[in-house]
Amino acid sequence: MTTAPPRAETIYAPAPDPDDPPVRKLYRSAEGRLLGGVARGLAGHLGLPVTWVRIVFAALFMADGMGALLYAAFWFFVPLGVGGVETRQPVAGEDRRRLLGRRPDKGQLVALIALLVGAAIVASRFQPGRANVYLWPVLLIGAGVALVWRQADNSRRAQWLELGRRNKGLVPMVRGAAGVLLVGAGVTGIVVLQGSVQNLGSVLQAALAVVVGIALLAGPYLVRITQDLSEERLMRIRAQERAEVAAHVHDSVLHTLTLIQRNADDPREVARLARAQERELRAWLYKPEGRGKDEDEEPTTLAEAVRAAAAEVEDHHGVPLEVVVVGDCPLDEALGAQMQAAREAMVNAAKYGGEGGAVQVFAEVEGRTVFVSVRDHGPGFDLDAVPADRMGVRESIIGRMERHGGTARLRAAPDGGTVVELEMERAEDRERTERRTTGEAEPE
Amino acid sequence: MSSDDAQQGEAGGEDQGRTVRVVLVDDHRMFRTGVQAEIGRTEQTRVEVVGEAADVDQAITVITATRPEVVLLDVHLPGGGGVEVLRRSAAMMVDPERPVRFLALSVSDAAEDVIGVIRGGARGYVTKTITGTDLVDAIFRVADGDAVFSPRLAGFVLDAFASTDAPPVDEDMDRLTQREREVLRLIARGYAYKEIAKQLFISVKTVESHVSAVLRKLQLSNRHELTRWAAARRLV
Repeated sequence: MTTAPPRAETIYAPAPDPDDPPVRKLYRSAEGRLLGGVARGLAGHLGLPVTWVRIVFAALFMADGMGALLYAAFWFFVPLGVGGVETRQPVAGEDRRRLLGRRPDKGQLVALIALLVGAAIVASRFQPGRANVYLWPVLLIGAGVALVWRQADNSRRAQWLELGRRNKGLVPMVRGAAGVLLVGAGVTGIVVLQGSVQNLGSVLQAALAVVVGIALLAGPYLVRITQDLSEERLMRIRAQERAEVAAHVHDSVLHTLTLIQRNADDPREVARLARAQERELRAWLYKPEGRGKDEDEEPTTLAEAVRAAAAEVEDHHGVPLEVVVVGDCPLDEALGAQMQAAREAMVNAAKYGGEGGAVQVFAEVEGRTVFVSVRDHGPGFDLDAVPADRMGVRESIIGRMERHGGTARLRAAPDGGTVVELEMERAEDRERTERRTTGEAEPE
Repeated sequence: MSSDDAQQGEAGGEDQGRTVRVVLVDDHRMFRTGVQAEIGRTEQTRVEVVGEAADVDQAITVITATRPEVVLLDVHLPGGGGVEVLRRSAAMMVDPERPVRFLALSVSDAAEDVIGVIRGGARGYVTKTITGTDLVDAIFRVADGDAVFSPRLAGFVLDAFASTDAPPVDEDMDRLTQREREVLRLIARGYAYKEIAKQLFISVKTVESHVSAVLRKLQLSNRHELTRWAAARRLV
């Protein structure tokens, strides 16, 4: 048994150095594992069936429990991975986290040494014939240790998967306590079996005193360490976020600033570039994760469509458009036509009314009615004064709306400028249709 | 933005010759300088910047020392943000003698920022793209105890109070009246108060009182609608 530590070392040695370019690193499997994922990880690494590896471990266990020690050593030193073998994932920071997880920290070493010492003591006290008496306490200890280790494993995995989410401390604490209790019961059992049953009370008292003493001594230190760790983790997350923002700023904002410097004598172009960049940055900063951040995406909802149309017009004509959208709904055919009419109105506003200030676009979904208004602060516009052969407004705005069952109104804004108001009923969504077919009254 | 000098003259009509004392709270010095210049560029400069601050602690010190009529407050500030400034000057806001009023002035588009400062007690919210004349106009309105809604804020409020199937918890507080909604819609469409008054055949004073009522509802109504709205947008 005393040969165990060097053996653990030799097992660790073949594992590649973390600083080497990783080709095939050994990882414990996070999926489909029974205990620590060691066997599955090894199997994946060696390309063998899991069962074989497990059988080998079991066989080694028979040989003086060597298998258990080997397993424990693997469990300590081999980091948890996905699928047993390293699969390259293009996730930023993944590598660094792997490395962090890989470095065997002092706590693990201490725990391993303690375990080995404990195992040695227990083994030295084993006497032939009495071994089966010790079986239950040893099993208890094993179960407790497994519980606590597995726990540490889970929390680390959770930490990897969702960095930053705060641990809901109760369940881990209960599990930890249960593990400690099991180990304590096992150790007490062994002590009792040593023949000091009559001294059980004093032994328990002494043990309790030691535990309390250790807790008093180490408690503040542990709390401190935990705090430091979580703080460090927070800092790391922040740094990562900052790096992401920096990358984006570097890519597009600096680019735009360079363009602006080059076009400094063209105020229109400067304004256009600045507006486009502002819009992009805003979308990037304020839009919910993964929704319409990519401007190339085809809009599928009204709000997206309005914003996309406004952005396009803004880029094309260099006139700022201020967009306010209230509510949202999916686009249907009629709304698509309304969007085209609205886009036409925006183009007109930008072309003929853009000098007076920003063009204001307002869209609202209320019940089944979708209302869009486009307002400019230009010189105004009289439809009757436009020659009858000019079909821009009549056809592409009014006509288009009427063909799809909507209405369009053009009028002068109270204090100058033109307002185009488009109203369209949207197609009933499926839910409402179903309600109607079941004979329920349709709210109008 | 929509207003011109004529409107400004009207909005400040009875305050001719009066100067409003303003404190600027913003952590970007360049922006503070810009606002100073912008305010100074309007035809009749009737706004006097009596103090500046770059973070929450400074802001409280400066506001307490100078007791301005209006504080132009940035939403994002080191030390807790505009909401923290509002929280710590709650007593000064309700001072019956010389109330300090807050006008949020932000570059932020995020709804939770906007609604946050309004619920914190700010009398209005304008974006930093506002022109100098409009800003002076807004400062005077706030100094007079009025509410100032930018089109975007009006949009947010309409969104938050949008009619739903769920019955409101407090019928009076959680609903906007038809008229209030109409006024908000027109603000969201970019109309100035005077234009809204013309459009709805009411007086500018009535428009102002509607807007103030909306602001009060926004600040006082129970959190039901707002929370639900924010949750739907993954803001909380």
